[in-house]
Amino acid sequence: MARTRFLPDSGLTARMTLVMFLLGGLFVALVVALMVAVRSPGLAMIVGVVGLGIAFFQWWTSDTMAMRAMRAREVSPQEAPELHGMIDRLCALADMPKPRVGVADMDIPNAFATGRSPDRAVVCVTTGILRRLDAEELEAVLAHELSHVAHRDVMVMTIASSAGIVAGMVTRGAQFGALSGGGRGRNDKNSGALLLVALLVSLVVYAISFFLTRLLSRYRELCADRAGAYLTMKPAKLASALQKITGEMASIPQRDLRTTSAMNAFFIAPAISGASLSTLTSTHPSLEQRLEQLARIQADLSRPGPGA
Amino acid sequence: MGFWDAIRGRRAPRQANLDALFGVPSAAVTLETAIGMRPTGTGSVCFRAAEGAAFAATQQDIESLLEADPRTPPVERTVDDFGFTWLVVRRDPADVAGLCTDLHAVNVLLEEQGFGPALLCSVVGFAGADGRAVGLVYLYKQGTFYPFAPRGPQERDNLLEINVRDQLAGELPVEPSLQRWLALWGAPGL
Repeated sequence: MARTRFLPDSGLTARMTLVMFLLGGLFVALVVALMVAVRSPGLAMIVGVVGLGIAFFQWWTSDTMAMRAMRAREVSPQEAPELHGMIDRLCALADMPKPRVGVADMDIPNAFATGRSPDRAVVCVTTGILRRLDAEELEAVLAHELSHVAHRDVMVMTIASSAGIVAGMVTRGAQFGALSGGGRGRNDKNSGALLLVALLVSLVVYAISFFLTRLLSRYRELCADRAGAYLTMKPAKLASALQKITGEMASIPQRDLRTTSAMNAFFIAPAISGASLSTLTSTHPSLEQRLEQLARIQADLSRPGPGA
Repeated sequence: MGFWDAIRGRRAPRQANLDALFGVPSAAVTLETAIGMRPTGTGSVCFRAAEGAAFAATQQDIESLLEADPRTPPVERTVDDFGFTWLVVRRDPADVAGLCTDLHAVNVLLEEQGFGPALLCSVVGFAGADGRAVGLVYLYKQGTFYPFAPRGPQERDNLLEINVRDQLAGELPVEPSLQRWLALWGAPGL
């Protein structure tokens, strides 16, 4: 067995697994609560199935939807030989199928990866990032995005957010009285109270799942940073790319940025910065946290002697 | 890529597959007898140099090992446009086995130090009497070979490549996916 310098980060894995477990439990709890409260298990089941259907649809069409939302277009190897050459080499190094490559014509320096599976993935960069980063920094960013593809992050995040989707549907449905449908004739106090409970449970589930998915997203970003840095073997290049990107983003006017808010979860660095609640609700870890991890990886890579 | 690796977001770097390189000498005989392509005695290893002292020391070790024999020409080191390092080894064209042993030594030293995942590919050069050149490229992560025949800037001789592939089909593991046949423009020693 060959030696490896890739040390498992068991703390990160444990925290992430716990969050995913909690999100799964939340989904089960919500469906059970609905079944008890609504008194027509059929309706609760339908809500659950439709919610999952929406999540499935989002995941299934993620590549085309994201490309359209970002007004990105696919580029051929003839149009962007350097970009393709870089991705070709990274894919050969990581032994993964080559994703399609897209370029979005916008000035925000950013990159994202999406698609339902590694075979259907798209890696997209903005013209802004192409202008600002040098070749090695761009490669580090691409390695980060390829790690998202390899980790199937679109699928993981979609599944993770399904509890939130269902809870959101229930609360919205309750506004229009959908939950009491069918029981209109025999409206007694008891079922009204139960409906209120169902509504409250959904609201709470929605709130908890919001924070948990954001937390999970931050962990997945750290994982992608790690895997990307080990792939290019140059953590310092990813660090300098992140510094450049986040530094640039702060100075770009907020008005342009809001149009991309739906895409934030797939970006390499979030396009919106806010001070309040930002640490709990942001989709990406802080720059400081990411640089700290990259410094640790650099130390592991440069440790002399056989093994790590 | 395992399901659990994806869930845990912890896909370990792919280790290199080193042994298939020793199939090259017999493949060289086939290429020479079948289509008249002879080895040029040049071989190269392409890898990603990691940051830090450990990799610099390893690279030093590799170069001093390859240059231990004063009769052989020195090792040439270049860095290409994509930031990959190429070590070019020149040996007697008749001694393909010796060339492969040298290339293998590079791989083993890198792997011993935990830099196996840094290996991208290895190229063994061949040339025909008519001046056409073809590189037999070994992809470490896939463990497969493919031919790369540059014909002027940014142009490949695809017919020759396919011809070489068909000749080698029984001897070496050939990369089945044409998409993985990386174009290595300006690869040193080709």
